[in-house]
Amino acid sequence: MRPVAVVGIGKTPFGAFPDRDLRSLAVEAGEKCLANAHAAPRQVDAFFLGNFAGPSFVGQNHLAPYISTALGIEGVPATRVEAACASSGSAFFHAFTGVASGVYDAVLVAGVEKMTSQPTPKVTEILASAGDCGGEIKAGSTFASLFAMIARRHMHQFGTRREHLAAVAVKNHANGALNPDAHLRKTITIEQAMAGKPIAEPLNLYDCSLISDGAAAVLLAPAERAGEFTDKPVKVLGISQASDYLALDQKQDITTFPAVRRAAEKAYQMAGVGPADIQLAELHDCFTIAEIIALEDLGFAPRGEGGPFTMEGHTARTGSKPVNTSGGLKSKGHPVGATGVAQICDLVLQMRCEAGARQVPRHSLSLAQNLGGSGATCVVTILGTV
Amino acid sequence: MSGESGTIYTETVVYSAPEAFTADVPYQLAIVTLDAGGRVTARIAGERVAIGDRVSRLEIRGGVPFFTKIS
Repeated sequence: MRPVAVVGIGKTPFGAFPDRDLRSLAVEAGEKCLANAHAAPRQVDAFFLGNFAGPSFVGQNHLAPYISTALGIEGVPATRVEAACASSGSAFFHAFTGVASGVYDAVLVAGVEKMTSQPTPKVTEILASAGDCGGEIKAGSTFASLFAMIARRHMHQFGTRREHLAAVAVKNHANGALNPDAHLRKTITIEQAMAGKPIAEPLNLYDCSLISDGAAAVLLAPAERAGEFTDKPVKVLGISQASDYLALDQKQDITTFPAVRRAAEKAYQMAGVGPADIQLAELHDCFTIAEIIALEDLGFAPRGEGGPFTMEGHTARTGSKPVNTSGGLKSKGHPVGATGVAQICDLVLQMRCEAGARQVPRHSLSLAQNLGGSGATCVVTILGTV
Repeated sequence: MSGESGTIYTETVVYSAPEAFTADVPYQLAIVTLDAGGRVTARIAGERVAIGDRVSRLEIRGGVPFFTKIS
C-alpha cells in the first residue's frame, strides 16, 4: 500500500439554493477542486460520487457519469456510492483504496445533495429510508426520533442533561458564524438552544442539523506525486470504514456506536497515533447528541462524559480539542451526500492555514468522523501534514 | 391483551413526522425490551411511558405493534 495525499479541494457554499440543480452544484465543487489542484479533467483516472438520495430528491439516477461527463472527465470509471449520511465518506474511503493499491493515480471524489426542493415532511420521509424500513420506520420513526431515543437513554444512563446538548449547538453556531460558506451564519445563546420548537423529545429544532443543498470535492493522488498538484499536500495517515445493524432495536447498547469504535481503532492503528494526539476534528453532529457520543467513541472524552467535556469548553475553537470549527452539520449545513467530503475539505483548509477567522493554531494532525444513519456505517479518517 | 409484555428501554414523543404520519402527531415511540428476549420498536397507546415502565402489547395495527402501560 502506497501513501496517499489530498492534493486539491473545492466546495460550494451550503444553503438553500432554489435556482441551482444537483448537477450544477457537483460540477461547481469539482471544477473548483481541479483548479485548486492545477489539474485538468483528462488527468483524472476515476470518479467516485457520494450521494444519498438523488433519485428520491430530484428524480435522477445514474448520477456518477451524469456528473463526471459534465466535468469533462470522459471514459474512466464513474461510480456512485450510497451509505446514507456517510455516502461521500465512503466514496472517499473507496477512492483512497484505489490510489493506495496502485490501481489509480489521480481520483476525484465528490459528494452532493439537493434537498430543499422538497417540503420538510417529504425530506423527513426520504431521510427515514436510511433506517430499517421493516420495523422502526414502519412504526413512524424519523431520524430525529431515533437520535432522540438515543439521547434519552444516554441521559438515563450517564446523567447527560439538556444543557449539554444545547452547549454543542451553541458552540457549532459560534464557529459557523465565522464560516462564509455556512448555511446558518448566526450565533445562538444557550437559552435559545434550550427553548427551540420540539421535534422529538428531548430534541428540539436547535439539536437538529440543517436541510441543505451543496457539494464538495477532493482530489487524491499518490503522496510521492503530490508536488505535481500542490505545494500544500495533506496526507491520509489512517482511514477505516465499519458497519453495524440499521435498526436501533437490534443493538445491545444504543448509547455507543460500535461502527465508530471499530473504524476509529483501525484508523488510529494505521496512522500510529491515539486520540490524545489529534489536534482538531470534524465530527458528525447530525444531532447534538451524536457529537457527544462521537467524543466518547473516538476516545476524546471518557464514556458518558461527552456532555460535560463540551460544557467545559474543551471542544471550542479556543479549547484543547477544537471540534467542528467549520460550524459542523448544525450550522455549516448537512447536504447529506456532500458531508463526508466537506469534512475533509474543512480540515484541509485548517491544515493549510487557510481557514480565515476560524483558523486554529494547532493543525498538523486532524480527524474526520462521518456517520451513516443511526450508526450502520462509519468512516474515520486521520489526516496529517507531518 | 396478548401475552407479550416488556419494559421501556427508551422512548420519545414525535412532533415532526414523515409525510405518512403527520396526522398522528404528537405520538410516542419506544423501544421495548421484551420479557421473552429481544427488543422491538413500538408505538405507545394511552398514557405516556418513561424508561423502566412496564408495558404490554395491545394490538398489531398495520404491522406495527402498539404497547400500553401496565398500571
